[in-house]
Amino acid sequence: MFSQLKARFGSSLSIAIIAIIAIWLVGMVILPQLIMVDYSFRPNLLPKEIGGIKDTYSLSNYETLFSNDIHLSIFVKTIWSSVLVAALTLVVSYPLAFYLAKVATPGQAALCILLLIIPFWINEILRTFSWYIILAYKGPLNALLLSLGVIDRPVRFLSGDSGVMVGMVYAYILFMIFPIYNAIESLDTNQVKAARNLGAGWIRTHYRIIIPHAKPGIATGCIMTFMLAAGSYAVPALLGSPGSRWFTQIIYNWFFEGGDWNQGAAYAFLLLLICIGFIALVMRIFKVGLGDIAR
Amino acid sequence: MKSETIMRWGVRFYIGIFFIYLFIPLIIMGAATFNNSRFPTITPWKGATLKWFEALAQDGAMWTALWTSIVVAAGVLVVAVPIGICCALFLSTVQGRGKVFLYSLMMSPLLTPGVIVGISTLIFWKGFSVSGGIMLTVIAQTTFISAYVMLMVLARLQRFDRTLENAALSLGASQWQAFRRILLPYLKPAIISAAVIAFLQSFENYNTTLFVKGYDTTLTVYIASKVRTGLTPAVNALGLIMILTTVVIAIIYELKRRKEMTQLNTK
Repeated sequence: MFSQLKARFGSSLSIAIIAIIAIWLVGMVILPQLIMVDYSFRPNLLPKEIGGIKDTYSLSNYETLFSNDIHLSIFVKTIWSSVLVAALTLVVSYPLAFYLAKVATPGQAALCILLLIIPFWINEILRTFSWYIILAYKGPLNALLLSLGVIDRPVRFLSGDSGVMVGMVYAYILFMIFPIYNAIESLDTNQVKAARNLGAGWIRTHYRIIIPHAKPGIATGCIMTFMLAAGSYAVPALLGSPGSRWFTQIIYNWFFEGGDWNQGAAYAFLLLLICIGFIALVMRIFKVGLGDIAR
Repeated sequence: MKSETIMRWGVRFYIGIFFIYLFIPLIIMGAATFNNSRFPTITPWKGATLKWFEALAQDGAMWTALWTSIVVAAGVLVVAVPIGICCALFLSTVQGRGKVFLYSLMMSPLLTPGVIVGISTLIFWKGFSVSGGIMLTVIAQTTFISAYVMLMVLARLQRFDRTLENAALSLGASQWQAFRRILLPYLKPAIISAAVIAFLQSFENYNTTLFVKGYDTTLTVYIASKVRTGLTPAVNALGLIMILTTVVIAIIYELKRRKEMTQLNTK
């Protein structure tokens, strides 16, 4: 590998390239993760006890989660809700991605994409905050529903998980639309026409032609939204209530309120494992490789 | 044909609803800035005011947080852009067995939840007695922003014509000259775009920053803390200014990108 680099860039530049990559990969990507895992198997000790007889590896930090019913239920809920967020986002995004890729004229598509990109550039906190205003007890949504006579009294949208999930769908929707759009766009329109001419209805055309082709995009979108949802601290912190805590908030509390970093590291590692597991599962279901996802 | 027409109108209706859904929250947030109410809302409307902009301007903590954000984002830009360029150069040059593995490794920070990037950085640097603060925030954010830079530079590198380089080399240029005079100018637009994205990514980051910020506060963290404690429409005023700034940057960026695309296509 080095000889290929050297042939192109010369030895000093090649050494610099490799050194910079190595510093990043080893010092920022690999070692911190490994140290975090190491940390998670050790007990929380006073500084003078570290390296002493009490400093042994054990699974006790992991047992804490399974012996604490509240934490365990929040853990399960976070995973389940994140799957729901990914599924909901997919349902909302697919028709739009299809429209952009195959129905709209190039001009319309360009305009729509520009309109889609604008909110994407805006801070996640601000996008979430805007939902905080809408969903508030005395906010515009309740006012609208009351005036339409749909409800008799205001609904507390912000006291359950539904507010958090609405905010997440809104915050991460573009991570779903763009991969699917890119995938559908590469489909030859003649295939769609052929299916239609041969008598397939719209539903069958989607099911048999377009969705199979869009699989890598759907997989990427689902992975990104799940990962962002499960790992989000901002959205539940802003739109949630004490009764609808997210697993990331439990992790945060171990670090900055409980003062037990080892325990927090164990919880964080579990969250990471769930995300890796989800990625593996989605790649299995959709039969796509890591190379397809990165695009 | 009738079902086609229904279908078409159905799609149009859906697109309309979708864009309303996308923009209404931002419009409501902006509108709430001008409502003369103690809380950020548009119902009930109590008359227009500009006082929340004044309140914002007098908020010293906000200005400190803004400055911290700019320092962090500048730091990230300086570190992450070279890392990303090096990775892209590496990936576009080498072939072989380890490449897929290295590529996955370089992509992995983008598939890791932001909180975990923050936590692992915090724990790692504790071993060197470095605690949370501006420096650690820069390091933690660089971990994943470098991967964004890599992807953007790599996308342009893949369209690069290697024969240009070979021509320069056979005409007697040194490898450094070929890199400096041929490749780097070609990559310049991608590098500038990547720098803009890196800056904005850093600026808006919350999940990672929260764990490594120590006693420092970035603007995004400040806004979040304001929403949870002591919420007034001054937050909306700040949000509105940030949204307008981002929209202007986004439009300039998009227009520039499209101009380049058409130039490329006509060549």
